[in-house]
Amino acid sequence: MFLADYIKDVYGAVKSLLTGMKLTGYYFTHHKEIITEEYPNNRATLKLADRFKGEVWMPHDENNEHACTGCSSCEIACPNGSIKIVSMNVINAEGKKKKAIDQHIYRLDMCTMCGLCVEACPTDAIHMRNTFELSVFDRNHLIMRLNKPGSKIREGVE
Amino acid sequence: MFEEIGTTEEGDLIINVGPQHPATHGVLHLVLTLNGEIIKKVEPHLGYIHRSIEKMCESLSYRQFIYVTSRMDYLSAHINNHACALIVEKGLNVEVPQRAQYIRVIMDELTRIASHELWWSAMSMDLGAFTPYFLAFREREKINEIMEETCGARLTMNYMVPGGVMTELHPDFQEKVKSFIVDFKKTLHEYDELITGNVIFQNRMKGVGYISKEDVITYGCTGPVARASGLRSDIRKIAPYDVYDKVEFDEIIETGGDCFARYQVRIKEMSQSIRIIEQLIDNIPEGDFQAKTKAVLKLPKGEFYQRVETARGELGVYIVSEGAAQPYKIKFRSPGFSNLSALDHMVRGHKIGDFIAAMGTLDLVIPDIDR
Repeated sequence: MFLADYIKDVYGAVKSLLTGMKLTGYYFTHHKEIITEEYPNNRATLKLADRFKGEVWMPHDENNEHACTGCSSCEIACPNGSIKIVSMNVINAEGKKKKAIDQHIYRLDMCTMCGLCVEACPTDAIHMRNTFELSVFDRNHLIMRLNKPGSKIREGVE
Repeated sequence: MFEEIGTTEEGDLIINVGPQHPATHGVLHLVLTLNGEIIKKVEPHLGYIHRSIEKMCESLSYRQFIYVTSRMDYLSAHINNHACALIVEKGLNVEVPQRAQYIRVIMDELTRIASHELWWSAMSMDLGAFTPYFLAFREREKINEIMEETCGARLTMNYMVPGGVMTELHPDFQEKVKSFIVDFKKTLHEYDELITGNVIFQNRMKGVGYISKEDVITYGCTGPVARASGLRSDIRKIAPYDVYDKVEFDEIIETGGDCFARYQVRIKEMSQSIRIIEQLIDNIPEGDFQAKTKAVLKLPKGEFYQRVETARGELGVYIVSEGAAQPYKIKFRSPGFSNLSALDHMVRGHKIGDFIAAMGTLDLVIPDIDR
């Protein structure tokens, strides 16, 4: 009786090990679908999802115009204080003083990519871009000015 | 106080596991008192990854504090965010659109599968099997890609906002989830073939780390740890939120109470999650994905509590509001903390190898224990 149980146990044990080995063997011989990405070598073709939250970015059109009114909604929405709006007063065509954006300062070193600033923006002026190789040699380079020099607000955006 | 290294008066050896030990999956520091190879006492030391998240939340608005909770239990980031969104909606009496509720539940269940897959691979690696790591990560990668397309991030999504979800689903979302379900069903049996039936694995799991139903209640364990000892503790069944009361699924209950029971609960939960997603994915109603809320959210004066079922157990969020735009006090009841406290009870009298197995089946995420 004891011997029969013992042999049964050994048989079951060897069988369970071979079942697992069979699966490993199957994948060893059936490597038709390679899912590993060889990152630095595929940089030319690698593209992340469009919505990937890489960094905050302000799109400019061909006339060097953006949609930011300098309302500071993003600055208030940001949980880490990584956005600072420096505004200035401009005199418009009717001779009235009007608040406008001077510098949109974005600190990538403090950003957690939560996307709340993009949610808060009433004029859709800022977006998250899918760039991801963001390391620099000097951390001062992580403090960026999002509106390009000489840019101005697009006509009709209030 | 006790010594962190050395010998006790009885001649027992005190050694440290962690905070940089690879088997603890993070910066968990455990002080073991050993008599030979027999464990006499396990004492967790916390504080190595304390970021005072609860205090931080007191200076953030009700929209902002949600992103911080992704950093607690990072493997159930969606579910943490879900709890926070639910409690703010409860306080403001916001009606969440059906579409948003469906999306949230699908995302929660995808997160649960991804989390259990990572647990399965990491636990198998603790026990010395390396192949499962690659098999599970192959499937998990598909979920991560789905998340990346819709939420814009792979781990800390911050997709749930008070009143719904942040953005509309990606056009490919339903198609991709469906193809994932088909693939996943084909590969789920491989998990059993590779590990569950394995004789070495079974000998290391069965009868190890036993905890009874009474002790589970005493230690406040929740989630798969409690269900493996026969305690009904699934918040999705006890106090359903969003559309969990509309879907059919089984609460997995095992009565073994040992490591193998905890293992089986999680493996079976994955197929239940698939079942929930299958019921919802084709029936996502049209409509808004987000309810209209005020620009500045202010919870009325009072106390609020909301609990959800994360991949690890019951997560509770407790907010005391003074009527301001920020919470007066916030407290998270994390599942990992209570589950870890039962580890000492589980492994006393076992050997070190069994201790690693028991810790693997607890599915500890350290930033969740030590907020």
